[in-house]
Formats: sequence, structure tokens, C-alpha cells
Amino acid sequence: MAESILKVKGIKKYFSTPKGMLHAVDGVDFEMEKGETLGLVGESGCGKSTIGRVILRLLEPTEGEIYFEDKNISQLNKKEMIKLRRDMQIIFQDPFSSLNPRLSVSEIIAEPLIIHNIVKKKNSELEKEVLRLMDLVGLAKRLVNAYPHELDGGRRQRIGIARALALRPKFIVADEPVSALDVSIQAQILNLLQDLQEELGLTYLFITHDLSVVKHISDNIAVMYLGKLVEKAPADELFRNSLHPYTQALLSAIPVPSIKSKRERIILKGEITSPIDPKPGCRFAARCNYAMDRCFKEDPELTEVGNNHHVACFLVEEKANN
Amino acid sequence: MARRILSKSKDSQAMGPWRVAWERFRKNKIAITGAIIFFTIVLLVIIVPILSPYKLSEFELSNKNLPPSSKHWLGTDEQGRDILFRVFYGGRISIMIGLVTALITVVIGATVGAIAGFYGGRVDNILMRFAEIVYSLPFMPIMITLSFALMWRVPSQQKLFMVMIILAIISWPGLARLVRGQILSLREQDFMVATTALGLSTRSKIFKHLLPNTLSYIIVTATLEMASAILTEASLSFLGLGVIPPTPTWGNMIERARDIKVFSSMPWMWIPPGILIILTVVSINLLGEGLRDAFDPKEIR
Repeated sequence: MAESILKVKGIKKYFSTPKGMLHAVDGVDFEMEKGETLGLVGESGCGKSTIGRVILRLLEPTEGEIYFEDKNISQLNKKEMIKLRRDMQIIFQDPFSSLNPRLSVSEIIAEPLIIHNIVKKKNSELEKEVLRLMDLVGLAKRLVNAYPHELDGGRRQRIGIARALALRPKFIVADEPVSALDVSIQAQILNLLQDLQEELGLTYLFITHDLSVVKHISDNIAVMYLGKLVEKAPADELFRNSLHPYTQALLSAIPVPSIKSKRERIILKGEITSPIDPKPGCRFAARCNYAMDRCFKEDPELTEVGNNHHVACFLVEEKANN
Repeated sequence: MARRILSKSKDSQAMGPWRVAWERFRKNKIAITGAIIFFTIVLLVIIVPILSPYKLSEFELSNKNLPPSSKHWLGTDEQGRDILFRVFYGGRISIMIGLVTALITVVIGATVGAIAGFYGGRVDNILMRFAEIVYSLPFMPIMITLSFALMWRVPSQQKLFMVMIILAIISWPGLARLVRGQILSLREQDFMVATTALGLSTRSKIFKHLLPNTLSYIIVTATLEMASAILTEASLSFLGLGVIPPTPTWGNMIERARDIKVFSSMPWMWIPPGILIILTVVSINLLGEGLRDAFDPKEIR
């Protein structure tokens, strides 16, 4: 078994709203190995981006611990945190709001190099490193003095990736890095991310709502619903043998590019449970076709059912018992 | 910084946001006209008093109330002082009041707005409630009362500074609110989250990332603020509450027109400063509107 790089224990993040506490992330545990890609999928508002931001401590967790390379980073002070920033970076969804419109491409990429003293302020060295990074992410040299507004989404996303890579991080949170891009460019960026992973040995937490994207890139997939993980398994296993009713519904929604295919689509009915001060019980129970009395009373725990496959559902538990 | 370092490579035809705005501004004929008129006035205001044979302290009562002639191109006033000299010297004072007021307004307004927007929460609440209190004060009555109250305590030499400070104190909240709003919305953008993820200090976050993005608004507001300060100073001086003679300003020169005899039979005393005020204020406003359109072409008005 490979070396563990990130361990998340009982992470909770609540936001206080006028209506009550919003449970964005409500007790999530997982572990990641060096060099793997964990795809985190779920619908809008289920807390997947919040998890990414809590791990990087862009948001302070309400509860829980985060271990990075066996170091508890939830307690680090400002100075230690800045040092840690070199190891963990983020790539954003929106390539338009993630770049400062007043800075040129070279200024954006050079900024992290300067503040972390990675390159001496000597001009030639800085220039060389910026050009190396641009080359690494496939940006043409001539764009060095361009401004973000002159470039298309794909190129802008490459700038964001170069900025994240400038610090030579080990771990990257990719927060829906392709969902704002055209389909043709999505593939380019995904391939770039995979190449970079091979070349630099990166570990990705890949957050997305697009299952076809996640299948393409992930080693393991975690499915999230309203602040909790409902299922986590190796990618093939999850697509072959999904156990949680929510995952099954999600998978049945993937479009198949064939007019002959006739598939049973699982249409979810009912309303999404409010994440504000939720009652105990499975969060998915209100929309689940198989919900039992028990589902409305107790929280199902994420338990392993073999093959590194974890699921949080009483249905599965009961099947195993019979 | 890095841009200067790397700008050696010639193969790129990059247009920065400032260049784009300048290109847009250049094509706006009305704005360019405004700019030309304004800078001509500024130039005249600097040069004419230097070239003029007359001095500020000089007066000849024997030459009082003379109509325009070859010796006094715009005539003389009730103390025999040359109007041409005074109108341009007064212009120096009026434009300086405008400039300095705009500057103080920008410094206070941008600082308060940036702090309120960046820190948010209670700091924001306190600063903005305070700004609203100042904002809601009735402008003219306060100005008149303040000028009147301080009139006897402040030596006439320093009245100039008093007027600038009062004008600035009353006008900073508008800019503070504008900057705060901008920074609040910028703060939530991903590139600001990225600065945290990269480990930037608060200082470089504010000065390198936030304020440069509000600079266009600040410049436009400062320009328009300058025009309104010149106008307000003129109205105060007209009421005898601003800068008082012997220091000339356009406002206190027009004030002579309150005398019905001057108004009806000596137009050379009040028409020149009047025309200059109109030209200056209109040209600054055209310039300011041009800048606004250049920076923000999306806004259709």
C-alpha cells in the first residue's frame, strides 16, 4: 500500500444563516494515497467545494482534523500555514474570476515564485522559471505579456494551473476545473492534468458533478450527498457495482451516445432535504425509493462491504445480514 | 514588477487594461475636447500671472473700475487691480482647491472603503454607519454654519485650507461606499481565494489585488469630485463664506456682481471668472464622463 498523503477525520463545516446552522459538510472521513486521484462527486450545494476549501484551510472547519503527511494541519498557526501552502494548491472552476484582470500572464505566474522566494529576484532566473511553467502547461511563449481578458477559457485555465504548479505542490484540489469549459477544451485540460500528475507525481482531489469526467480521471470515487459521503469505492468498482440508491440514480443519468440504447432511468422524486439544521436520519431518505422507517431515525455510517468499497446505507447493511 | 522584467520579449503585442482604456478614451472626441480645454485652462492659469506685469498685492485706487483697455485687457476692479491677472491667479486658487479636495477625498474615502470592504463584519458596520451619518448631513447648511463659525477664528490666509478640508470631509463618504462595494464583490472572486491559497500577505492582497481593481472608479470619482469642489467653493465664496479677498478666487470675484451697479454697468468684473468657471467645470465633467466610458464601456447611459 502506498504512502498516505492526506487524511480527513470527522470534518464538519457549518455556516450560520438567519434560518439556522447550515450543515455544508457534516462529518466526512477519507484518506488519500500519494499519487492517486480521488474524484469527489455530488450535486450542486452538497458541500463538495466546501470540503476542498476546508482541506486547504481557506475555510476553517467547525470540527474535525486534517492530516497532511501525518501532520495535523488544522492547528497550524499563520506562519506554519504559509509554509504549508507550497505543498497544497487549488485550481478553480471559473477561469474568468480566478485571474486578476489587472495582471499579465507573467505577473500572475511569477507572484507565488516571488513571495515564497522560490526563485531569487534575479530577472533571468525568474523569466526562465515563468517560461518553464508556461511550457509545462502548454502556453505559448508569446503570451507572456498577454492579459487574461485577451485569452479564451482553456488558456486562462492553463494559467491558473501554472500558478498552482509554481510552488511545486504535492497535493492539488481541483475544484471543478473543467465544468466551465467547452467540451473540446475539457478533454485537453483533463489530459494536461493527467500528464502533469504522471510527470510530477501529484495527488488530486478532483471535485466535479460530471460523472463521465470523474470516470476518466479518478482512481477512487467518493459520492457526496448533502454534506455526507454516501459511497466510496475504486472507480471501476463504483461504476460496475454501485450500492447506494443515490449513486445508482446518478449513474443512470449519464447520457449514453446511442439511439438504440434503452435504459431504465431512475428518476428521483421528492424534495432535497434542507441542509439547515437537518433532523437525524439518512439525508437521502426523503427521495429514496427504498426508504424504510429506520432511515428516517438513524444516520447510516459509512462501512466497508469489501473490495475497498464503502457505503452508508441501511439497505446494504440489511442485505449483508440476511 | 515581473512585467517589467519580462517585457524584453518583443514578439508580444499585449494590451494591458490601462492601454485598452486609453485607446477607448482617445476615440471619444467629446472627452478629448474636454481634456484639451481643461489642460489649456490649467496652462493659462500657470503662465498668465507669471507673464503679467501686475502683482497680487499691487493696487492703484486712481485706476479703479476701468473698462477693458490696452493697458488692462479686462479692465480693473474697485481697487484698481488688473482683472486679467486676478482672474487667472484666482484660477490657480480655485483649481488647487479642486485638486486638493479631490485628493483628500480619495485618500480618506478609499482607505475607509477598502478597510470596511476587506475586513467586513463589525469593522464594516461601524465605518459605514459613520459614513452614512456624514453622508446624511444637509450639505449647504452645514457648510455655511461651519464656515461662519470658523470665519473669525481662522486667519484669512488659512481660510483656503479650511475650505478644502470642509469640502473633503463632506464628500468622502460617497467614494468610501463605492470602494467598499467594489471590494466586497472583488473579495469573493476566486482570484482573491487564490491569493490566500498562495499565502499572500494582507498588505499585498489589498494593494496589489484589490485597490488596482477599484482604481478606475476612484479616478472617475476624483475627477468629478474636483469639478464639484470648484463649484461649491465658488458658491461659498459668492456668499462671502469661502476664501475672502484679497486672495482672489473665481467665486469671490463673481461676488462683486451682487452690487447692482457692478452687475448692470461693469460686466468685465464678473463675466470673465463666470466663463472660466463654466468652462472648467464642463470640461472636467466631460473628461470624467469620458474616463468612465473608457474604463467601463458596458455601462450604457
